[in-house]
Amino acid sequence: MSTLHTVNKSPFSTQSLVSCLGHAKDGDTVLLIEDGVYGAISQSGISDAISARATEVNLCVLQPDLEARGVDAAKVVEGVNLVDYSGFVELAAKHSLTQAWL
Amino acid sequence: MENDAKRFLYVNRKAPYGTIYALESLEVVLIGAAFEQNVSLAFLDDGVFQLTKGQDTQGIGVKNFSPTYRALGDYDVNKLYVEKESLEERGLSVDDLQEITYEDEDDDWEEKPSINIVSRSEMADIMANQDVVLSF
Repeated sequence: MSTLHTVNKSPFSTQSLVSCLGHAKDGDTVLLIEDGVYGAISQSGISDAISARATEVNLCVLQPDLEARGVDAAKVVEGVNLVDYSGFVELAAKHSLTQAWL
Repeated sequence: MENDAKRFLYVNRKAPYGTIYALESLEVVLIGAAFEQNVSLAFLDDGVFQLTKGQDTQGIGVKNFSPTYRALGDYDVNKLYVEKESLEERGLSVDDLQEITYEDEDDDWEEKPSINIVSRSEMADIMANQDVVLSF
């Protein structure tokens, strides 16, 4: 039993990502989508909070949303995995529950 | 520019694509440019993400409107103020932004940068020194 958490808001404008990371259990996946992908940029004011959970939680970012926003994959926080749309589907199928942090 | 021109500031605080604010702001700026006012654009908070280079929206099936910012100079919109603190908090620097220029008609049409990086306190002064502020 594990959960796929999706975060679609910028971590610099809402507390969604911080709250999600605070509630996600070990073994869960947190997938950053839409404006949530800004949370994956390294050396930002919140990147330490991300890397701190990278061992217990499977951190992922949706690549098409990353590319749309001009975020270079080389700038993504270490330990965050890039997934495409089919990877998103696989994650949804693999976890027993999906929770959206709007 | 006529003496009765008002000072207009468009304040951009939202990231592109996640909401419609950034595109709507750009549309209003382009429409407003026809009225020959003294126009400035402010980019702060998540608004700085609007100007990043290398945006490629093919994967999400949405129009990439970032090249349009480079056309603003042709509409005499050439004062783009970007807040330094907002960039830094987001792990960005001026090198992550696209180059936006205009041709200065008062200086033999020399090509000059439209983007000015300003501090938070300079941004506060720019905001205070306007006739009209439009927020997006």
